[in-house]
Amino acid sequence: MQSAAAPTRAGSRLCTRCGERKAALKRPKTLEQICRECFYIVFEDEIHQTIVDNNLFKAGERVAIGASGGKDSTVLAYVLSELNKRHKYGLDLFLLSIDEGITGYRDDSLETVKRNELQYGLPLKIVSYKDLYDWTMDDIVKAIGLKNNCTFCGVFRRQALDRGAALLKVDKIVTGHNADDIAETVLLNILRGDIARLSRCTFITTGEDGPIPRCKPFKYTYEKEIVMYAYFKKLDYFSTECIYSPNAYRGFAREFIKDLERMRPRAILDIITSGENFRISTTTRMPEQGTCERCGYISSQKLCKACVLLDGLNRGLPKLGIGRTAKVGAGADGSGEQQGKRAERRNRSSLQGKHGNLDF
Amino acid sequence: MHLTLEFGGGLELLLEKSTKVHKVDVQPRDGEDKATMKGLLSWVKSNLIKERPEMFIKDDSVRPGVLVLINDCDWELCGGLDAELEDKDVVVFISTLHGG
Repeated sequence: MQSAAAPTRAGSRLCTRCGERKAALKRPKTLEQICRECFYIVFEDEIHQTIVDNNLFKAGERVAIGASGGKDSTVLAYVLSELNKRHKYGLDLFLLSIDEGITGYRDDSLETVKRNELQYGLPLKIVSYKDLYDWTMDDIVKAIGLKNNCTFCGVFRRQALDRGAALLKVDKIVTGHNADDIAETVLLNILRGDIARLSRCTFITTGEDGPIPRCKPFKYTYEKEIVMYAYFKKLDYFSTECIYSPNAYRGFAREFIKDLERMRPRAILDIITSGENFRISTTTRMPEQGTCERCGYISSQKLCKACVLLDGLNRGLPKLGIGRTAKVGAGADGSGEQQGKRAERRNRSSLQGKHGNLDF
Repeated sequence: MHLTLEFGGGLELLLEKSTKVHKVDVQPRDGEDKATMKGLLSWVKSNLIKERPEMFIKDDSVRPGVLVLINDCDWELCGGLDAELEDKDVVVFISTLHGG
């Protein structure tokens, strides 16, 4: 950057916090104009406060940071290792990455995570779809095409993170989901009528009943501030769209949130507050949590979603477990009537269980 | 007027050879005596962006979710589209829209 050499604009405003230095950004959350130094302080302090207020960690815990090499997880790894030292959390931190096997995308972003391992001095563990499932996303896309591939990736990733965490023997996983992501997910769950996820997608910690809880220290952190922080601190992150088509429906929700933010930045926090305050009517049937008969992973059905999807892939019926529209008597688009019927039946049984899909 | 433009967060993929830093020479638009961000955006759209301009521009401004800094200062503090540019300014565009 050449900012030092660049001319300072006349009339530039002073930081409203210190009153001394030139303001460098407008905070979306408060509309305050603050300088870079004050920004670092408030950004880090707010995350520390979120961690303390919600008792996210206990001293001595081993914590895996879900690291994709992207902006959110890179900033999370940096800030968490700083706060751990500064406030003496007493945590053992690890980077945990998933290699989905996407040539030209994940292989590049994993290089970023490997640099982060050295830059932040955090041990890195990579688990791959190839090792866990014997399928890479490249293989899966070859078998099923570019439709529904995000479903496979989402279901497999969720489970892969848990398996990787078990290998690292950690007590907790933290992910870089930020306030914008959570607001987006609240909207998506409303749009899909997914009451089970709507009620838990705003929880800062989930899976406390399962083996390894997950938490989101950036729940109240705006994406704009995460990117500004990474930019000012010159953190090394990777930013390329996945080559296998972005999730279009999520894309609409994302765009809508960003439009709202421009008009009224508080909208993001307000949507999260709305999500937190929904009360699910007692007559709504919620899925019951059990374990998968085959692999032992949490599931509300006999087989978990990942096992159903894998079954489909291995039997050459990749549409097993995809979609939610199957009804008795509805035409199946599988090949052959027998197969279609069978797929339909399995489809139905796997649908009522709304677990382990996508990000939350 | 000489400007340095930087594209990051994935926006560089919309430019030729995915080049991040561009040293450019931009003149004020006809009828204006100073170059503004508004003028710069339309100049960038017609001269630098090679594909998917909708990832960068929406309704005459940057697409929501694209951050802009003028000399390392948030453009929201400099007047946004009306911010006036000076010789040797550094303008940075960063997309926040790519995965995390």
